[in-house]
Amino acid sequence: MEEKTYLYPKWIRLWHWSNAIFFIVLIVTGLSMQYSSQDYQFIPFSQAVYWHNIAGILLIIDYIIFLTGNALTMNGKYYKVKRKGLIDRIKKQFYYYTIGIFKGEKAPFPVNEERKFNPLQKVAYVGAMYVLIPLVIVTGVALLFPEMIVHKVFGVSGTLLTSLLHIAVGFLLTLFLLIHVYFSTFGKRVSSNFKSMINGYHEGH
Amino acid sequence: MKNFLLSIFILVVFLPGGIQAQEEERQEIIEEVKPRNNECLECHGQDEYTYFNEQLGRDVKAQMCEDYIVSEEEYYQANHFSFACVDCHSSGFNEYPHPAEARFEQIYSCTDCHGFSESDEKYQFSKIEESYKESVHHKRLGEDFSCWSCHDPHTYAIKARESNNIKNIVSYNNSMCLDCHSDVEKFEMLSGEKKNVFEHHEWLPNQNLHFNNVRCIECHTEVNKDILVAHKVQPKKEAVRKCVECHSENSLLLSTLYKYRVQENRQKNGFYNGVILNESYVIGASRNEYLNVISIVLFFAALGGILVHSLLRYFFVKK
Repeated sequence: MEEKTYLYPKWIRLWHWSNAIFFIVLIVTGLSMQYSSQDYQFIPFSQAVYWHNIAGILLIIDYIIFLTGNALTMNGKYYKVKRKGLIDRIKKQFYYYTIGIFKGEKAPFPVNEERKFNPLQKVAYVGAMYVLIPLVIVTGVALLFPEMIVHKVFGVSGTLLTSLLHIAVGFLLTLFLLIHVYFSTFGKRVSSNFKSMINGYHEGH
Repeated sequence: MKNFLLSIFILVVFLPGGIQAQEEERQEIIEEVKPRNNECLECHGQDEYTYFNEQLGRDVKAQMCEDYIVSEEEYYQANHFSFACVDCHSSGFNEYPHPAEARFEQIYSCTDCHGFSESDEKYQFSKIEESYKESVHHKRLGEDFSCWSCHDPHTYAIKARESNNIKNIVSYNNSMCLDCHSDVEKFEMLSGEKKNVFEHHEWLPNQNLHFNNVRCIECHTEVNKDILVAHKVQPKKEAVRKCVECHSENSLLLSTLYKYRVQENRQKNGFYNGVILNESYVIGASRNEYLNVISIVLFFAALGGILVHSLLRYFFVKK
């Protein structure tokens, strides 16, 4: 009989997929603006600006839902990192992904109700959700109201620095998304974790 | 390294001295013309003046017409600071009250004085005039519009070649256009049309940002490679409306607002990368090659890693 754990309540699934849609819209429109050309436009510039702004505002609302949900439910505990022994746990997980998995070893930190993320995932998710997303939101809001930005910082345009930070963080989050999607295939079957985010049940190995 | 240190030495030791000498020379000239100009500015330098009315036998206070007021401060900072008023205005103005024929004097145009000397060559006055003659201002208003309509000779100062601050260039330049175009009544008097320039630009995202960071002429003139500042102002239907004309790699701004910087950089360094950088940020136009390369390398490294790992999983992980 298959072992199933109800790990993803409805609000998390709704938040997760809406966040994914807004994020993909932001990446596509952002790339289209950054590499806009007079000869070829993936998305017409004004449309790209419009949808980037809309998706950005919706992502902020989604982030507020995420923070509120984490504060009010047990989901917040999954993001708490215990520093003691963290490096060793990360090393163990890294060893599993690079060598152990090919030797047929068992995952060192299997998913259960107490532990939704393995140590590597936890560090990556905390970094993405509590460092990179706030940074991309703050710089994005500043770019939405550029008159608020300091005009010059050490002789360099404040808007330019804000934009560089926004783009760099956006890029790192894009890499995070890419890796996140790949690691989602590490379920019981390649499609298991994707199904989990739809029906809420995690399938054990 | 030696050359670099020498340049620093020259800059530190000689440049401030040179600037000071220039300023001293300028002040000497001003002191020379000031007594003559003060006679005019006594009335024309303020919005009120007093004159002796012979018929009434007493002093009368009157208001100076706005168009005839010249700010002394601005005048001595402008390009024509070395001139006495009557160098350009009829000598009849030496008399007071001014005789009627002096009031109807023929006013000089820019090209009556400019365009003949070697030092004027770089400004290409004849080409500016040619361009201007094709502009919508000249075609619609003919003799009612002249160089002075935009470039008040009492306050005009060269900015595009001399100011290092793009924002100053933009605000100075746009104030020339907005002086008429943001004044509904003044615009109606000239064109017979009632228009509000801000309402007409409502389609422009972040209107304030655009108005403060680019000149009106960026979108409303035809680029002319021979002159620094384009003068062929186009009818509104021919204005730039496509965002990507500026927001792209070959941004229009490189041949308009940043043209002088591009030329200077090309002469000094042989390239113009990053001209827009440090000054402001234009989405799509401000690109950094190094960051581009780094991001592409990182992206493909991540993608390659995923591909290799998934292949290894496919072949070596027992199902």
